[in-house]
Amino acid sequence: MTTVTEDSRDAATGLPRLLPPPASAAGETRPPDLDAHAARHGRLEYRGRPGTLIGDIEAAGLTGRGGAAFPVHRKLQAVLDAAAGRRRTPVVIANGAESEPASDKDATLLWLSPHLVLDGLQLAAEAVGADTAILATHVSRTRDVGSRLREALAARRAAGIDRVPVQLAQAPARFLSGQETALVSHLSGGPAIPAFIPPRITERGLNGAPTLVQNVESLAHLALIARRGPRWFRSVGTDAEPGSMLATVRRSDGQPKITEVPLGIPLRDLAGDLRPDSAVLVGGYHGTWLDGRQALALTLDNASLAQAGARVGAGVVITLPRDRCGLVETASVVRYLALESAGQCGPCLNGLPRIAAALAEIAGGRARPQAVTDVTRWSGLVTGRGACHHPDGTVRFVRSALQTFAAEIDLHQRGRCSAADTRLFLPVPRVAARTEQDWT
Amino acid sequence: MRATETAVKLLVNPIDCAAHGACAELLPEAIALDEWGYPVIDPGPLRPSLERPARKAVSACPTLALRLIRSS
Repeated sequence: MTTVTEDSRDAATGLPRLLPPPASAAGETRPPDLDAHAARHGRLEYRGRPGTLIGDIEAAGLTGRGGAAFPVHRKLQAVLDAAAGRRRTPVVIANGAESEPASDKDATLLWLSPHLVLDGLQLAAEAVGADTAILATHVSRTRDVGSRLREALAARRAAGIDRVPVQLAQAPARFLSGQETALVSHLSGGPAIPAFIPPRITERGLNGAPTLVQNVESLAHLALIARRGPRWFRSVGTDAEPGSMLATVRRSDGQPKITEVPLGIPLRDLAGDLRPDSAVLVGGYHGTWLDGRQALALTLDNASLAQAGARVGAGVVITLPRDRCGLVETASVVRYLALESAGQCGPCLNGLPRIAAALAEIAGGRARPQAVTDVTRWSGLVTGRGACHHPDGTVRFVRSALQTFAAEIDLHQRGRCSAADTRLFLPVPRVAARTEQDWT
Repeated sequence: MRATETAVKLLVNPIDCAAHGACAELLPEAIALDEWGYPVIDPGPLRPSLERPARKAVSACPTLALRLIRSS
């Protein structure tokens, strides 16, 4: 079960902004009600017409918190423009289909602050002039997020807050189902697998309508910027990457901890006991392994992480316990990623299983001498050649593992392994897609 | 003539591509096949002299996965 960080509300940063302050988070089972939400954040004020919120979002510098960090105002503007150009009413989708097994921040946000997300969804719908709003969630591993959202929507209906009716939807429990085009395909009645771009979904998305897909955390930030303004938003974070973000942090005990941090926080403040020979995974399973020496010098923002070829992604920071083997963990995750390929694109379909098999060989010890060069060659072959970023993200993870665990590879070639504990640490769902029904 | 105005490049839709390999046969100057038979396209704009064979390669693709697009 996820625990919300016990760090007290910080007087200097005013965090947490999105999650309830720790005192009330302790009584997590009590459903957050609309009155408490309005008392803390103020009432939801509409802007009166489309477009007017976009300038504030641009001034705030809010970027998408689903992983890609794309500027939110640019997507809003693109959808508004496409709607005007094509005279078609757009659709807004709140993306809570958090399919990264290592992340739990979106489910936690929906569980603890559903009204903030729903406020943001209404404001985003107004900003682009949408008349349809959908909130898509993932099958939750631990909580019944769906019924909490139904309760929240019922309370809002009774209070007459929402101008656009909100439909709830659930994405299948697949790694790629939260990917924008996959989600749109699923909601259009098709399989939850990625599509080839162009056309962009901001132009032609759900049933051909201009479509805004925003991560649920992005929408919660948007709802607060609308109330408190861009300057307030920028009072934490860095100049280039302002604001706060939710991070899923796993330390040696393995339990995920959701914490709201300013962009630019030193990794050492999140990762716990960091030594030069530690290994830290930043950005999740499409992310990057860093060694402790790198992690000690970096902060959680894209400008800093780029120095090591890493990215913030959806805010996953995992410290590998010292008694586990990074190669075994990597092989296990890459096997999962290979099985989660939608199998649509040749290079991904052919390359990922081969990479996974070679990594399993390396992790098992005394691999063929060419196993590592095979992995390197196949990694180059699949990069940039998928309709989505699944091959690129997988390869980023694989290459960083080869680098970070280079000494461990040598050890394994000699038939040894430094790990004292052979249990897997990184969470990997047991099931994988086997039939076409698994995608729908 | 400004190259940016007329530059075209090849784009393969990796979902539609089924590794028939006709493109690489007709346009080996710009398209190679990987070890599984899928096309690897030279990055960057296409040489103007290759435009005509490129159009042939596009129309020869059995799954219509290859496109010639204007790159600005």
